[in-house]
Amino acid sequence: MAISRLLIANRGEIAVRIIRAARDLGIYTIQAHSEADADMLAVRLADEAVCIGPAAAKTSYLDVARIVDAARQTGADAVHPGYGFLSESPRFARALQEAGITYVGPSADTIERMGDKVAARQAAQAAGTPVVPGSKGRIDTLDDAVATAAQVGYPVMIKAAAGGGGRGIRIAANEDELRKLAPQAQSEAQAAFGDGGLYLERALRDPRHIEVQILGDGTRAVHCFERECSIQRRRQKVWEEAGATCLDEATRQSLCASAVAMAEAVGYKGAGTLEFLYEEASNQFFFIEMNTRIQVEHPVTEMVTGIDLVQEMIRIAGGEPLRFRQEQITVTGHAIEVRINAEDPHLQFMPFPGTVGALRLPEGDGIRMDHFLYEGYQIPPFYDSLIGKLIAHGADRAQAISRLRAALQTLSIDGLKTTIPLHLALADDPQVQAGAVHTQWLEPWLDAGNLTPAATGGAS
Amino acid sequence: MADIQSPLPGTFYHRPSPEDAPYKATGDAVAIGDVIGLVEVMKTFIEVKSEIAGTFAGYAADNDGPVTAGQVLATLDD
Repeated sequence: MAISRLLIANRGEIAVRIIRAARDLGIYTIQAHSEADADMLAVRLADEAVCIGPAAAKTSYLDVARIVDAARQTGADAVHPGYGFLSESPRFARALQEAGITYVGPSADTIERMGDKVAARQAAQAAGTPVVPGSKGRIDTLDDAVATAAQVGYPVMIKAAAGGGGRGIRIAANEDELRKLAPQAQSEAQAAFGDGGLYLERALRDPRHIEVQILGDGTRAVHCFERECSIQRRRQKVWEEAGATCLDEATRQSLCASAVAMAEAVGYKGAGTLEFLYEEASNQFFFIEMNTRIQVEHPVTEMVTGIDLVQEMIRIAGGEPLRFRQEQITVTGHAIEVRINAEDPHLQFMPFPGTVGALRLPEGDGIRMDHFLYEGYQIPPFYDSLIGKLIAHGADRAQAISRLRAALQTLSIDGLKTTIPLHLALADDPQVQAGAVHTQWLEPWLDAGNLTPAATGGAS
Repeated sequence: MADIQSPLPGTFYHRPSPEDAPYKATGDAVAIGDVIGLVEVMKTFIEVKSEIAGTFAGYAADNDGPVTAGQVLATLDD
């Protein structure tokens, strides 16, 4: 049944984004908010707002019972979870289902299955999608280790089967090294955990993070091509692109087809993302996990495909079949998104909640900014530091970067420290311009002092 | 009496984790640089360190409660 009253169970920029998408579909919007978020932009934009509890997320945005109650009280027939908070909670999806309210996303069972790393890895293998090769179980002898390494391929990572947290990990480039390192790892594991069992996994060299956007209606699935999000700090994406220019066309097709196969194999319904690591040296990709929700970086895909992913997921939840055949989805140009966080990049990215002063937003060809700012808005300290996303689309990657740089130079948010200087420095970096990055690239770059107030003219 | 103020707005915690004891109890000696609590701001935990020495007189802000920048978190007796 088509959705007519949508409750948005999220905050910040994604709540604004969902309200705009729903409104374009003629849907009445109800914004859920904590006591600390009563004056946020999404509350001002929505047709109706409902308070769901105190500032702390655990008593508001993470409280399943309060949100289901709020949906009932306001007569919502559907709930959009956004990203983060309860967006990957099978319990939340199930509670809504039991209350007769539509969840904008896949079924609770699918969320549960794909949220479990082991089950997701098995689902990938069953659908013929490669995963990072590793030993099937624990390894106890050197001969076992050598035989397994020959199968998974060098270099191999040697881990303690009983360990965790990266302790005692060694990398062997060839059999000689493995014969030397495996016994060391065994005795260390024995000493540390009382168990000398080992686990071997192929060590990926300078892996890139590449992900595929998919849409499914429960029967059929399509992909909206790939994104590359290799520029990360502390496993948080900082800068995201559509598409991944490091891929050749055959690899891109095979990556995207494998994501569709997996989505169809699990009867996926809604928008989802399959994340992969890609090793350029061997031209191989490996599935790592699936996110069963809209992602922060979805706008880059929207810019290159022209598809409104948030609208599509609402339509699918309302019972419509997929509106696209695969051949109708094409890519035009290249898009880049940078995350604007309220953090001081010159002070170890210390969070900087504050009051938004004069606000100057960039405009122009190919420029989009998703945000929840207005002048005089006091950014609450209780939630994450993302305050907006600047997206630049160009005919090719070089033009996207040059439009991004110009937009970053225009963008100013008085009253706050933000990550704008970081993105300006990245846009000017020769390696970024050449696309020569991987998931372990940004942190050494920062440690090497590439971002200094002088290097960016002290701009903030 | 001296006050220890919050350096940032956020959520104040008396303990390093819910299972642990509070950093300080009434009557404890406080040295310069001693951690007396945590402020969680935008998912980052910042240690609140005393800039003065004295005897801990008590917390002035609730555990797990919202605080503003400059709010008094704890007091010390000279």
